Amino acid sequence: MNRLTVKLEKRLTPSPVMAFIIPFISVILALLLGAIFLSLTGQKPLDVYATMFGETLGSKYGLTETMVKAIPLMLTSLGVSLAFKMQLWNIGAEGQLYMGAFGASWLPLTFPTLPIYLMLPGMILLGMAAGGLWALLTALPRAIWKVNEIITSLMLNYVAILWVDYLVYGPWKDPKGSNFPLSAPFPDAARLPGLGNSRIHAGLIFAVLLAIILAVVFKYSRWGYSIKVIGSSERAASYAGMNIKRNIFWVMFISGAISGLAGMAEVSGIIGKLQHGLSPGYGYTAIIVAWLSKLNPLTIIIVSVLFGALQVGGYSVQLMGVPAAVATMLQGAILFFVLGGDILTNYRVILASRKGEEVRH
Amino acid sequence: MNQSLIQLQGIVKKFPGVLANDHVDLDICSGEIHAILGENGSGKSTLMSILAGLYRPDDGNILVNGVEQKFRSPKDAIDCGIGMIHQHFKLVEPFTVAENITLGEKQTSFILASKKLNDRIIELGIKYGLEINPDAKIWQLSVGEKQRVEIVRMLYRGSKVLVLDEPTAVLTPQEAAELFENLRKMAMAGCAVVLITHKLNEVEAVADRVTVLRQGKVAGVLEKHQINAQEMVRLMVGRSVVMQYARSSSSVGKVVLELNKVKALNDMGLPCLREMSLRVREGEVLGLAGVSGNGQREMAEIIAGLRLIQSGEVLLNGQSISNLSPRAIIDLGVAYVPEDRLGMGLVPDLNTLDNLILKNYHRPEYSGRWLLKPRAVQQNADTLVKQYQVKLASLLQPVKLMSGGNLQKLLLAREISSSPKLMVIVYPARGLDIGATEAVHKLLLELKQQKTAILLISEDLDEIFKLADRVGVVFNGQLTGEFPVEQADLEEVGLLMTGSRTARERINDNEPAHS
Ligand SMILES: Nc1ncnc2c1ncn2[C@@H]1O[C@H](COP(=O)(O)OP(=O)(O)OP(=O)(O)O)[C@@H](O)[C@H]1O
Ligand SMILES: [Mg+2]
Repeated sequence: MNRLTVKLEKRLTPSPVMAFIIPFISVILALLLGAIFLSLTGQKPLDVYATMFGETLGSKYGLTETMVKAIPLMLTSLGVSLAFKMQLWNIGAEGQLYMGAFGASWLPLTFPTLPIYLMLPGMILLGMAAGGLWALLTALPRAIWKVNEIITSLMLNYVAILWVDYLVYGPWKDPKGSNFPLSAPFPDAARLPGLGNSRIHAGLIFAVLLAIILAVVFKYSRWGYSIKVIGSSERAASYAGMNIKRNIFWVMFISGAISGLAGMAEVSGIIGKLQHGLSPGYGYTAIIVAWLSKLNPLTIIIVSVLFGALQVGGYSVQLMGVPAAVATMLQGAILFFVLGGDILTNYRVILASRKGEEVRH
Repeated sequence: MNQSLIQLQGIVKKFPGVLANDHVDLDICSGEIHAILGENGSGKSTLMSILAGLYRPDDGNILVNGVEQKFRSPKDAIDCGIGMIHQHFKLVEPFTVAENITLGEKQTSFILASKKLNDRIIELGIKYGLEINPDAKIWQLSVGEKQRVEIVRMLYRGSKVLVLDEPTAVLTPQEAAELFENLRKMAMAGCAVVLITHKLNEVEAVADRVTVLRQGKVAGVLEKHQINAQEMVRLMVGRSVVMQYARSSSSVGKVVLELNKVKALNDMGLPCLREMSLRVREGEVLGLAGVSGNGQREMAEIIAGLRLIQSGEVLLNGQSISNLSPRAIIDLGVAYVPEDRLGMGLVPDLNTLDNLILKNYHRPEYSGRWLLKPRAVQQNADTLVKQYQVKLASLLQPVKLMSGGNLQKLLLAREISSSPKLMVIVYPARGLDIGATEAVHKLLLELKQQKTAILLISEDLDEIFKLADRVGVVFNGQLTGEFPVEQADLEEVGLLMTGSRTARERINDNEPAHS
């Protein structure tokens, strides 16, 4: 028998089948890896997984919580994916979320008696504007002086978080509350309606609509085309007459505005007030989600739900004495396998015998 | 001369959709200049990339001094003394010349060594006629100057086999002659030089042996006494090619482009155009000869709206377009084929469909208010690729994978198909094989028949004399001579172009003049 060698041959175009099944296979492999780790620490992996998925997918409560965590992930991931498409590395979604929450909270805290039809649209607009303007602070130096956007957007995260802290520890602290870093509760008119009677709120509708819009923008629109060109080659883009500065402004503004909407939805749909630590790092997880989804808006929706479930599942297994960090580890493992799986989407494996006959797979 | 330094045996390299090299054998002896010929896409660059350790062959062996070698990376090849200068330069733009030359080398203290390094670079430059300012940043250099950096880098690393992928495409005849002289010196010293080129007269003048590739296979090997143009064309194309075109004197109309005493700065902030004035009329080709670095690139960018002018005036059909936006100028009917195809004219990572609508994606043919029209985009690409005979594996493949000649055809297809009023074209035939050159020249002459004004910037005097109605010479940012082509004299034009050496040095030199 001839000795077989394994070779990789680059595919002409990425395989769509592989692109679709790789994420699922990656999840399974990540769970297997997690299982090995769990049994090494003396746990019964099957029990742990059963609890995790039983809690998240098996109960109405778990499902609801999963969605509650998934909504801000969806919105922030969609936000960063827009900037990433143009190779603008906006990692300031966390700060933009906080500023969005701040902008949206200003209205009910200042004019608590507005009717709902003014209050909610006003909060949405203010939240998005605040997130967008915050992102412009990164866009301006980038467009004019080519200041690296990664550093400025990251720094501005801390500023935004501290700004909200300042407000809830200081001027906006609820005078009737007992010294907790919370603002006064919003009036009912400032609360996003839930779906049915659950904690899942209308933010989900925003996210799905935005995902569809962005999918169309990326694939079929004139604007999406220029974003793609600018992202690939700024020199070619200016040669083609595209206005790079204006696009940097718009892309960053809208990217920030979408993350701002995530902040608005959190304070209005879930918490009902402005408070310290309102996001457990959604804006950072969003970077992983956007990347895993290959910046595909519809995939972002699904992956966000998965990451929401992991987070909720992580909390639920704590009762069994398993650290919640297991969830984080699984997130990392999934990322790892998805990136590895890329090879299969872009290459085909060839088994070649020494004689050069090929067996294709 | 008969000692085989490098042997390639049965090299096979597949890319998705193409067999780029199909059992290629190649012998390179020390002391020889070995030319590799072949049409665009025949696999020359691929073969040389394998030799330089950039690609791994799917099959076949590489022998260096008779010993089989497996190159895992370009470093392995460099360690075997093989240095390659690529068609598309691999330099790090924000770095200086000196930094690029030492890139990838272990170095303890850059600052301490830098004085010595600069001296060595200048010394190599003087020895081989490749003067370059070690402290200039790569992005500030013209394509010709970037190539000099690449050559010096390989010499600096002590390469014994120097592979040059179309080096003369960016040089003037004088510079090319100088380069060949120096390559000859290297060969005499026992090195081997492998030269890829499309210019048959160069092969005749300088090569000791020729290997001709055709569709990935070796079509023939010619020894020195067998080398002649006809035989080479026959091996390459399998048919004869027209090298002269009848000049059709189309009726010349009103002035389309007019530059009036234009002054502008180059990337280093030094004057590159000094009161440049010229006119191009409808249905006329103005051929601008000149050594690269005398302001031609900057002038083309000014006309396309990519560079601001300080004073003077640029007029299109009598209307000022000075410092208008590129988009406005495109919409006024100005087409521009830049010297840097993959860096500016095309987007390397995007596919052919996307690249072909780069300039007119916003026009009603290809998009509505918001959305693109995918069917029109597809149809556009299908037609252009067929009409201009661009060879490619798939419309959906990133264009950076196409061969140099096909890239140029693609770019020309897009620019010509916009039926421009003015066409600014820089080095149109650079890197094209004779068949493609013929095709491109015919396209330009047809464009002229359709009353387009053409500003042709080239260093190739043959090309200018073949195509232009009027010949201008640019030197040091000014038009130093202008003749109708019938009255232009090759000697005189060449003379006007030279002396340019001092000018180039001045532009190269970013030190203040006084010291
Ligand atoms: N990395 C790659 N991936 C896929 N196809 C490639 C790649 N590199 C080259 N090709 C294809 O292989 C063939 C040979 O290309 P190559 O660049 O070697 O041609 P060439 O002889 O150098 O042509 P030219 O004279 O135009 O430079 C072409 O059809 C080209 O499209
Ligand atoms: Mg080539």
